Amino acid sequence: MRPARTHVLVAVDEEARLSGVEQVLTALHQILSEYGLSEEVRVVETGTLGISGQGVVLAVYPDAVFYGRVRPEDVREIVEVHLLKGRPVERLRLPTAAPVARPGEILGRQTRIVLRNVGVINPENIEEYIAQGGYEALAKALSGMKPEEVIEEIRRAGLRGRGGAGFPTGVKWQAVRSAPGPEKYVICNADEGEPGTFKDRLILEGDPHRILEAMTIAGYAVGARLGIIYVRGEYALSIRRLEHAIRQAREYGLLGKNILESGFSFDVEVRPGAGAYVCGEETALIESLEGKRGWPRIRPPYPVTHGFWGRPTVVNNVETLANVPDIVVRGAGWYRTFGTPTCPGTKVYTILGHVRFPGLVEVEMGTPLRVLIYELGGGVRDDRPLKAVLIGGAAGAFLTPKDLDVRLDFDSLAGRAAVLGSGAVLVMDDSSCIVDMLTSILHFFRHESCGQCVPCRVGTDLLVRLLAEVRRGEAGPEALRRMVEIVEAMRLGSLCPLGQSVALPVRSALENFQEEFLAHAQGGPCAVCHAQGGRA
Amino acid sequence: MEKKAILEKFPRSPDVLLALLHALQRANPQNYLTHEDLELAAQYLGLPLSRVRDAVTFYTMFSLKPRGKHIIRVCASPNCHLAGAWSVLEELKGELGIDVGETTPDGLFTLECTSCLGVCGVAPVMMVDEEVVGNLTPLRAREVIRRIREGG
Ligand SMILES: Cc1cc2nc3c(=O)[nH]c(=O)nc-3n(C[C@H](O)[C@H](O)[C@H](O)COP(=O)(O)O)c2cc1C
Ligand code: SF4
Ligand code: FES
Repeated sequence: MRPARTHVLVAVDEEARLSGVEQVLTALHQILSEYGLSEEVRVVETGTLGISGQGVVLAVYPDAVFYGRVRPEDVREIVEVHLLKGRPVERLRLPTAAPVARPGEILGRQTRIVLRNVGVINPENIEEYIAQGGYEALAKALSGMKPEEVIEEIRRAGLRGRGGAGFPTGVKWQAVRSAPGPEKYVICNADEGEPGTFKDRLILEGDPHRILEAMTIAGYAVGARLGIIYVRGEYALSIRRLEHAIRQAREYGLLGKNILESGFSFDVEVRPGAGAYVCGEETALIESLEGKRGWPRIRPPYPVTHGFWGRPTVVNNVETLANVPDIVVRGAGWYRTFGTPTCPGTKVYTILGHVRFPGLVEVEMGTPLRVLIYELGGGVRDDRPLKAVLIGGAAGAFLTPKDLDVRLDFDSLAGRAAVLGSGAVLVMDDSSCIVDMLTSILHFFRHESCGQCVPCRVGTDLLVRLLAEVRRGEAGPEALRRMVEIVEAMRLGSLCPLGQSVALPVRSALENFQEEFLAHAQGGPCAVCHAQGGRA
Repeated sequence: MEKKAILEKFPRSPDVLLALLHALQRANPQNYLTHEDLELAAQYLGLPLSRVRDAVTFYTMFSLKPRGKHIIRVCASPNCHLAGAWSVLEELKGELGIDVGETTPDGLFTLECTSCLGVCGVAPVMMVDEEVVGNLTPLRAREVIRRIREGG
């Protein structure tokens, strides 16, 4: 007996491509047609299914069975045993039940608003986006809302920026709307470069139309006619999918002149970056867009009044924008039922390192770190003890097991709020060396400091050298004190948040793991550092 | 492709500078921007040459020196580091007989380090030209190099 209307969702993202998803797809189509199943079984190429490090991942619905590390030679078994006989292929089955949910539906501990279509629809087909309610928000805004009403809805929803430290999006849009100027712009910041962070890439690869729709709504709200997406130069698949989506949206009259007969015109262009982390900072990004080196500008003035070509400009992160369509359709009241009173909504994270189930998750604001690591990440791999969690990437903070109950939202993290945006959660078990990790982080900063101001240019270099001495056992505890002084000077004297933020990882590492640093200062490299060759 | 044809795919607006430079660099089998490229870009976009040069030197994806036919960029950021990127880099240095930033005498490979490539789910990771290769071990990294050598 043939199971009717089965869907096979195949994740086609950057990670899957490098695991050979193309060959798996070819085999799948071929074997399905061999058995005359091409009609009954629908193969959907979609964005990530939220599972990382498992090679080619596919899901069979309605059974909700997930397979990982699928190779072309496994496909015949999946078709013959599962799709024909209805028995899952246990040897390929993943132990995790990855989430696919309706908007707002709670899945175990996940709540999906931003990611509701990621891993569900084919991102290269605009009709699948429309079938999920896509472009409904745009139609609603253009046909029935004044620009001010759109801004008011976003403001009342309490949406805060997911790229930096949580600046209220409604306030930003209002500032651009009020700023005088004949020409205004909407920029989507997709220059994601914080180590360990790739949620924006997965949103762009999995649901590109959502970003185009949100940018068009933003353009209508603030009075802009052009949107620009600045994408990391290395994100080839994101760039391709966005360009494809833009072409489709233009064909459907959802971008271009007189959108949906409303009299409002808006278009979106994609611009690649060229490999500079600092260009994620909004003023550096604007410099780079203007064809210059990406040096952060001195602020004020801010981009809301003096942005791209000196004109009023909205700069929003990919994830921030991805919230907009649902807020417009369902309203601020609905949105506020998620998260906390001061940080409504959800947050997307990538959980990596020594966890059992690395991957992409979306949870309500205010979810404790413990839930992320132990429930969604499945806990520490091989049941080893947890040693540290680096949250927020290189510009992030080292937390320890005693911090597991910290709630993840902009307010609970207080002075460390900036680490939240990136959503990078790197879990380290007891085999990790914190001195070694900090070395890698400091190398990152030395490499990415743009060199415009002295405290950061000199400070990052000094820090690398000092830590190398500590690691080799050639410097005493006073070197550690010097490091703290240097990051403090950088925090106070650097021109942009890149230099200022180096204090976070350095201080949190030194405070939480002081003994480990002292042991290196006195005894030289530990076993892990040896394995890493004592790189200096 | 003719350089003129490359240029003409872009509007004459300074904000396409990076995209245009990417296209010119890709068209050069030695993976770099020549002085002529910079002059062409400056002229086409109506920018001073000094500004184009200034921008080029800032971004890590551009080079003003000839590079190998294939660019190997090993990610050295924390997630990849934790997963053993260092031993991969050492293996590559040995296999290629060069240090980071150098090009093999046969002009086939340039070895570079890079910051996080945003594919940490399969750490450690390297980029071979525009392709990402993940879940690396020293052995796998060496195989990738040997396969390219054999394939020409
Ligand atoms: C060094 C540095 C890197 C940054 N990188 C990014 C980035 O990759 N993506 C992003 O959206 N914001 C990044 N930001 C924050 C932006 O400057 C800006 O605050 C943000 O794009 C605003 O969007 P939001 O209000 O939607 O968060 C970075 C900031 C700094 C200082
Ligand atoms: S703090 Fe660092 S990155 Fe920022 S402007 Fe100064 S040198 Fe450049
Ligand atoms: S740390 Fe290497 S790809 Fe992210």
